[in-house]
Order: sequence, then structure tokens, then C-alpha cells
Amino acid sequence: MTLLCVKNLSLRRRNRDVLKDISFEIGAGELIGLIGPNGAGKTTLMRAALGMLPSTGMSSLAQLSARDRARAVAWMPQAREIAWPVTVETLVTLGRLPHLAQGQKPSLADREAIEEAMGYLDLTDMRDRTATRLSGGEQARVLLARALAQQTPLLMADEPTAGLDPSHQISTMQTFSKLARAGTSVIVSLHDLGLAARHCTRLIVIDDGTIVADGPPAQVLTPDLIRSTFSITAWYETTDQGIVFQPLEVVT
Amino acid sequence: MTRLMIALTVVLALLFCTALVLGPANIAPLDSLRTLVIDDQGALTLVMREIRLPRAILAVLIGASLGMTGAAMQGYLRNPLADPGLIGVSGSAALGAVLSIQTGVAATVAFALPLSALFGALIGVFLVLLLAGPRGSSLTLILAGIAISALAGALTSLTLNLSPNPWAASEIVFWMMGSLVDRSMTHVWIALPFIVVGVALLASLARGLDALTLGEDAAESMGINLKRLRLTLIFGTAAVVGASTAVAGAIGFIGLVVPHVLRPFVGARPGRLLWASALGGAILLLAADIAVRVVLPTRDLKLGVLTALIGAPLFLHLIYKTRKDGL
Amino acid sequence: MLASVPSFKSKLIAGLVAFSPAIALADTPPMRVVSMNLCTDQLAMLVADEGQLLSVSRLAQDPEGSAMAEQAQTYLPNSGFAEEIYLMQPDLVIAGSFSTPATTAMLQRLGVPVVVFDYASSLSDIRDRLFQMGEVLGHQDRAAKIIADFDAQLAALQAEITTRPKAALYYANGYTSGDSTLAGQILIAAGFDNIATEAGLPYGGNMPLEVLALMQPDAIITSSPSATTSRAEDILTHPVVDTLRQKTGTGWFSDRDWACGTPFVLNAIADTAALRRQLEGNGS
Repeated sequence: MTLLCVKNLSLRRRNRDVLKDISFEIGAGELIGLIGPNGAGKTTLMRAALGMLPSTGMSSLAQLSARDRARAVAWMPQAREIAWPVTVETLVTLGRLPHLAQGQKPSLADREAIEEAMGYLDLTDMRDRTATRLSGGEQARVLLARALAQQTPLLMADEPTAGLDPSHQISTMQTFSKLARAGTSVIVSLHDLGLAARHCTRLIVIDDGTIVADGPPAQVLTPDLIRSTFSITAWYETTDQGIVFQPLEVVT
Repeated sequence: MTRLMIALTVVLALLFCTALVLGPANIAPLDSLRTLVIDDQGALTLVMREIRLPRAILAVLIGASLGMTGAAMQGYLRNPLADPGLIGVSGSAALGAVLSIQTGVAATVAFALPLSALFGALIGVFLVLLLAGPRGSSLTLILAGIAISALAGALTSLTLNLSPNPWAASEIVFWMMGSLVDRSMTHVWIALPFIVVGVALLASLARGLDALTLGEDAAESMGINLKRLRLTLIFGTAAVVGASTAVAGAIGFIGLVVPHVLRPFVGARPGRLLWASALGGAILLLAADIAVRVVLPTRDLKLGVLTALIGAPLFLHLIYKTRKDGL
Repeated sequence: MLASVPSFKSKLIAGLVAFSPAIALADTPPMRVVSMNLCTDQLAMLVADEGQLLSVSRLAQDPEGSAMAEQAQTYLPNSGFAEEIYLMQPDLVIAGSFSTPATTAMLQRLGVPVVVFDYASSLSDIRDRLFQMGEVLGHQDRAAKIIADFDAQLAALQAEITTRPKAALYYANGYTSGDSTLAGQILIAAGFDNIATEAGLPYGGNMPLEVLALMQPDAIITSSPSATTSRAEDILTHPVVDTLRQKTGTGWFSDRDWACGTPFVLNAIADTAALRRQLEGNGS
């Protein structure tokens, strides 16, 4: 089953080609790491694929109505914004918004989705805490639970591990892995190549607005690609504890 | 209806009755209520139906309008400092009203006055949102508000000073501070349609404002049409603030105080805050209007004076808090 | 504008302006007189010799507020600024107690003699002001004759008063005038009792609309609508005032006859007395 199909997607902004002729497809159960240097176009690619930026070419999500899209994909922007001191439960409930009409009370199914999302991220005991008073890592978990409560087959997250401590980074990636194994596909943009190599089932590397590699981590993260795209050297090995990837030196 | 809404409704109903039985002429409370319902063909019914009733109704309508607008603007800008009076929307509405009165346009058609005020408010709210940007940071929001208020106030004074009208000074005070003294049913009828439409528009924002708690991007991804939300907010605000200002002048701080006080009671949900703030605003303005009659019955104390005395300290507190939180 | 200010304020301001030394009582009468107040303008025009009065205030030429707008056209208009008045080289400036103290003080510093006339708040004040104007301009005889005429006409108007119906004076912004004001005295002279006094407002002031409605006056006298629109005058077309008008006698007052302590108040008294006779006619 194809959850997202992008064909020949291009985007020009201020006379600069930000995205050039991007094509890829995403099926069920994938955890895709979108990697590339700063300014490569990762965020732009995700927002354009969602139809939130005007672009040329085709994206299956951009063709949907706003309401249908909200049921097809959940989007977690990089800025972890919580504007008002609402409770954790209220915040997670916001994820059900696309399934509810104005003024409609959450149904039993909605409540189940909310409980499941909170349970998935171990938030059940924190449901009455004020979200704005939580630590950064806890807030990230709450916002992820909100996206899960949306119950979409696809989840897109822009740098979900940025600013988190190692244990929160790892547990976030493990949550995504678990989701992917259960059939939900996840696209995450990442800067930490070690996390990407270890947890993702597939990596899409973009550099200067084009896809330079697309495939399983073992195939993509070659010394040549690392050197040409990220200008670094790295140590890579498949161990009995899984893949270990450690960036080493900047190549000049 | 939640417990909060029921409690607010009860308080509002009590205050409404209090407003009806209080006035400079000493009429026994029961007499006044009786003559309101049963026409005595005399002065009492005239006083009740043509002076006290419209005044109380306008206090409810305008208070609800200002409370709801404050909640809606705060929800949209995700900033607790937004208030139609503070950010110059009321001032712009007053300018529109003054221009239409001084040019004689207001006398041509019944709805010319509120329409002109609506147009003024439209320009004001548009300018504020343009200057403050989508995520109105406190600094730009307040600076934009100061500039627009100052400009609208200056143009209002200029218009009144240029007119050969000998009451310019008292008119300037009215438009800047607001008052419900001696308004009639005529004023209720010209304000009501605009307020009903505006409140309906603002109430329709509940879902979108809830979603905006997570930021613009997340809200849009959840199916919220941000462009439509912004337009609805602008027109809803202009309609209610325009109509309110046209009949009662610029009354500040209601939209600031009420959402702030009620926010904890609705779990900080911007959508639920809308109707709660409408009730709360009606309560606050009715209470303020009762207070101006009780505190200084012989002087024409302006409503805005009282709301500012309550609101300005809260405003300072919010600025202090905002600075501490480093917003 | 000055003339429209409700006269109850006059008491507050009258005390603030000191009389200047009676320079005008010198042997030779002044020959280049400038008046800078609507009310002194009219008194001066009535009493002065031809050529003696050089300039009157601009307001005196406005038919809405001045009873002598036509005569005033023959004089130079002034706006009441010290500079323009000084350049007219007057040998006497007549100001009202409403004139800004800054202007009169400046003129005195420049060596121009200034006489400040107090505001008239009763009919006998009118006699006093006429007498004072006669002295200042050196025409005591002419002033005495005007006073005698005024007294005779006033007596004629008072002779026929039998009943005293209640009337309300109602201005823009809900102001009213009490017995201790010129307008209140006009009302009394025309044979009305003033409800402002009954309401405890001897000088007048703000009278809430509902107090007005419950006082149930027999007549309501409001300012005539001005040419311009303003929300201050909204109250004069409020449904309650309209209803009162339908039920009672309706009169209008105009600033030109009501605002200044001059013999023209006789017009105001005559008009108001006519309203009273009309009411009495209806009653019988």
C-alpha cells in the first residue's frame, strides 16, 4: 500500500531552486530518515509534500482536501509550541480535531484513541499535569502523543530529537520503530546520523534540493556519500548490538 | 452547559436586574420592575423602557462583544496581551464613527454610524495583524497598538476640533473613555445586528483557535484553513467592536481582563474561552456600569475610567510576567 | 463657542479674574476701544459713539450666537489674541471674565488698559453691566436711558403673570440651568418655575434623563438644533425627550437671546412668556 507518492516535485523560492525534481514513494511499515546538511531542503520537502507550500509536480497528500489530509498524515513541526497552559490530556485530545466537527464532543472511539496514545507514551499518570510546565523531553512526548491520537497511517516529524537528552532521543526513535513495525509509516528528518543509521529502515539523503541516495542505511551510508554530502569521515560497523555509526572528522 | 457557564449566567441575570432597579431617580425596585412589564402610561414605564432597559441591554451586548473579541484575538495571536482597546481597534472604530457624525453621513441612513465604525475597526485590526505578524510577539503587538491608538486618537481629536461643534472637548472624552449614559432603544437596534453577526463569526473560530495552541503549522496540518480563520477573525472583530464603539465609545480592558480571569476555569482552552468570555465580559461591563451609577451618581463618570482602573494594573502585571518568561 | 457654555460655570471663573484699575474713568473717554468678548461686544455696540468702538470679537458677527450680528459687520473682527489686539493700537480693551487671563495679562504688560466685565447671572446684573459700560465709554446718559427702557419693558412683561407652570431647560449632554444663572432668571421672569431648583441644582449641571422624565415638567425648553451634527446633541432627540415634548409645551432657546446679559434677554423672556400663555390657553 502506498501512503505517499511524490513525483517530480520542484519548488523555486526567491529565484533559487530549493527542491529539484524529487520523486519517491512510501509504503506501509517504513521508518524513513530524511537526512542531509543544513539548508539541503528537508523541512521544505516535507512541507511541500504535505501541500503546505506551493510547488510544481505531484504529491499524493497535497491533492487531498485539508480534512482528508489531516486523516491521512499527522505532522509534527520542529517548533514544539504549546501556547496555553492546558493539561496533557487536553493537548493530546487536540489530535482528534480532524475527526470532530465544530462543537462535537469526543465519542467513545475518540476517547479510546486518546487513551491509547497516552498509554503508548507512558503519559497516563501525567494526564492532569499542565503541559507548559513539563520538561522539554516530556513536552516532546506529549506532542508526539497528540500526533498519535490523530490515528493516521503516516506520521511526519521535523527533527523530533532536536534538543532532547540521549535517553529521550533514543526512546523517541524506539517509539517510531515500534509504530513502523505495527504498520504505521514514519518520516523523520534527522541530523544525528547515528540515530538514523541505527533505527531507520530506510534513509533518503538530500543535498542541495535533490535526492542523492535512497535505500536501507547499510547501502546509503557509504564513505563516499558521507564525504561528498556531509563533508565528514565516519566509522561504520554492523555489530552484534546493531549498526554503529560514529562521525569522526571534518573533511576540508 | 458546564457549571462555569451556569454560574456566569446566574450572576449575569442578577446583575441585569440590579442594573434595572438602580438609577438617579429613586424608584422602588419592585415598582420599577412592574412598570417595566406593565405599561402605566406614565413616566415610570417611560424611564424603565426607554432609559434603563436599553442601557442594561447595551451593557450586556457590548460587554459580551468585547470579552469574546479579547478571547478570540488572544487565541489567534497566542498572546494574553491582546485587547481591542489596547491595540487600537476601538480607537479606529471611534474615528470611523466620529467622521461619519461630523460629515453628516451618520444622519443619512440608520446603519451608517455602526457601518462607519465597523470600517474604522476593520482598518485598525487589519493594520495590527499586519504589523504584529501571525505569531504577534508581545513587543510588536504593543508597539503596533500604541501607534494605531495614538494615530486614531489624534485624528479623532482633530476631526472634533475642526468641527464647529462647541462640545468637542466632551465628545473627545466620550469617544476615548466610553459611556452608556442616556442611550436609547434606537442604539440597541442599530448595534444588535452587527453584534449578532460578529459574535457568530467569532464563535465559529473555537475549533481553529484550539488547534492554534500547537502553532500555525500544526493547526494547518490538522485541517484548519488559516486564511479563512484570519478573515473571520478580522470581520468578526470589526463587526462587534465597530457596533459597540459606535453606540458607547471606546471601552478598554474588558477584552484583556475577562479572558485572563476565566482562562484557568476553562482549562486554558481557547475555544471554550470564547463563550465564557462573552458572559464574563457582559458581567464586567454591567458591573462597571452599575458602579459608575453608585459611586458617583451625580457625575458623568466614564465607563472606560473604571475598566482602566481595573485593567491597567493587570496589564502591567501581564507585561511583567511576559518579560520574566522571556516571551 | 463662549456663549454656548452653560452659564453655571461663570461663578467659578468670575472670581479668578481681577478687575484692572479704572483707567477708563479718566477725564477724556477712550476713542480706540476693542472688545474681545461676545457679551461686552453687544453692550459696547449699544452704548458707544460712532467711531469710538474699533473692533469686536469674531463671534459677535455670527448670527447664530449674536443678537447684533448685523451691526457687528461694521467693525473690525478680532479673534481674541493679544498680538492682533495690540497691533490695533487700542486705548482701551474690554474683556469678559471668560477671556483667558493670559491674554489680558499680556495686554496689560504691554501697557494697554484692560477692563474686565464680570459675567451677568441675573437681570439686575444686566443693569449693572450697562451702567459700567456707560462709565467706561463716557456715555453715562445713554446707558441710563437704555436701562430705563429695559426696566419698562421688563415690567410690562411681568405684569400679566398669574400661574407659574414648571419648565425644564435642557441642553446638549443633559445639562440644565438653575435659578442662579441668567437662563434661570429669564425663565423666572417669563413666569415659569424651574425644575432644576426642585431637583437641587440651583446653578444647574448634569440632570439625568430619568430625573427629567420623573419630574414631569409642564414645558421643556431645549437648545435649538445647531447646524452641525454631534453626539452631544443626541440626547435632545432621545425618545424620552421626544415623548415629553409631545405631552408638554415645547420651547426652543437660542444662544443669541439667552447667553449674554444684554437687553436682548427681553426677547427670550417674551418668547418664553408666549409659551406659558399658550400652555395656559390649552389648560383652560
